Amino acid sequence: MTQQTSNALKMTARGVNVFYGDKQAIQDVSIDVDMDNVTAFIGPSGCGKSTFLRTLNRMNDTVASARVEGQITLDGEDIYSSGMDVVQLRARVGMVFQKPNPFPKSIYENVAYGPRIHGLAASKADMDQVVEKSLRRAGLWEEVKDRLTESGTALSGGQQQRLCIARAIAVDPEVILMDEPCSALDPIATAKIEELIHELRGRYAIVIVTHNMQQAARVSQKTAFFHLGTLIEYGETSEIFTNPRETRTKDYITGRYG
Amino acid sequence: MATTGHTVKAFDEDLGELRAFVSEMGGRAEAAINEAVAALIQRNVDAASKVVANDKRIDEIEAEVERLVIRLIALRAPMADDLREVLAALKIAGVIERIGDYAKNIAKRVPVLAEEGRSEAGTLLAAMGKAVEAMVHDVLDAFAARDPQAAAEVWARDKTIDDFYNSLFRTLLTHMMENPHSITAATHLLFIGKNLERIGDHATNIAEMIYYASTGQQLGERTRGADAFAPDAN
Repeated sequence: MTQQTSNALKMTARGVNVFYGDKQAIQDVSIDVDMDNVTAFIGPSGCGKSTFLRTLNRMNDTVASARVEGQITLDGEDIYSSGMDVVQLRARVGMVFQKPNPFPKSIYENVAYGPRIHGLAASKADMDQVVEKSLRRAGLWEEVKDRLTESGTALSGGQQQRLCIARAIAVDPEVILMDEPCSALDPIATAKIEELIHELRGRYAIVIVTHNMQQAARVSQKTAFFHLGTLIEYGETSEIFTNPRETRTKDYITGRYG
Repeated sequence: MATTGHTVKAFDEDLGELRAFVSEMGGRAEAAINEAVAALIQRNVDAASKVVANDKRIDEIEAEVERLVIRLIALRAPMADDLREVLAALKIAGVIERIGDYAKNIAKRVPVLAEEGRSEAGTLLAAMGKAVEAMVHDVLDAFAARDPQAAAEVWARDKTIDDFYNSLFRTLLTHMMENPHSITAATHLLFIGKNLERIGDHATNIAEMIYYASTGQQLGERTRGADAFAPDAN
């Protein structure tokens, strides 16, 4: 396993193990996530890629039987240290899920909710600005600017997912984790999300879990291949998809797995 | 090197079809070299015109390979060694088409030479033709077996062909100096030698493509036969 070092290193994981009860889901994973690249996690179902993604903002804390070992840092700070404020952490490391999950509130409120609870807007005018900026960055503003008071759940699936991305962006995160953000979307909505990922790259460190290898190839610059809870290979996406070093990676991406 | 088949069996069938096309093209090109050189040695104009006519089929198969490769890329989205192999097949088909053209060009010169007497250059060309044909044969075997070592072995043989060509050049030059009446025939024979030498180069190019397709690594820089007469020969 080569560790790529970057001058824009955002998160690091060292020797991470994850257990659900006595079942080990992740074994000794070490990886670096940097600001300049979109990092894709690929691998067959049950390989641990989503589990590992969730360790990056302590989403596994919500699973009673889950236990995480090893070290994960954000800007050099151990996110599992006792001094870490988990709510603050999840604002800094936002997450977008497989199924769009807007709150049953207005489009405006969906975006404003996070900044409000984190005290990020001092006035209504401030909040209006945050909402517009977030919706613009999520590529949704033009489609919803005249109906901000309508329910977020009334939007199409693709729009809902971009609303969720706007909601994640609104609290000004540093890292955005995406867990199969397009698997419930049609190809056009998928293309819009992929274009959005491309535009957000560099502003946020982005990590995306995807089952769609073409998507990993299209949106990421770094790809990590997981298998049976271990990180098999991590490297440049262009290398992984043209000339992977590991036979298991090759068998998976060429459709010979299993 | 594929250890197991693809989960989608139709993908394996497509790849099999692609390999079969390339192998058939290669077999036809190999036969064209053999028949063109034999027609030359025997001054057999009919056999030569058959080589010219048969080249059409090689061109047709090349077009089929191109169609199949486009379909494979569009429908199967090949990755890693599959992708390298599909692209290699496309490029190899293009190179074999050129080899077919060189064989055809040799055959086209036979009627002119049929009027001329025989020379000892013919013996050299016959041997050179055999060596070149064997290279094409062996490189196609390496392709079918996806054997990078066998490909590298063919690749290293190109120097022999260059040496043949240099001997032929010297022999024909001597002929022309001694007997200016032989210049027409000797020039044609020299072009034929050059065609065979180019076929050898193409066989080494195919070897490089096979090596890259199966290993993901490039073969190094090839040592060429010394060519005292053409400073920038390739």
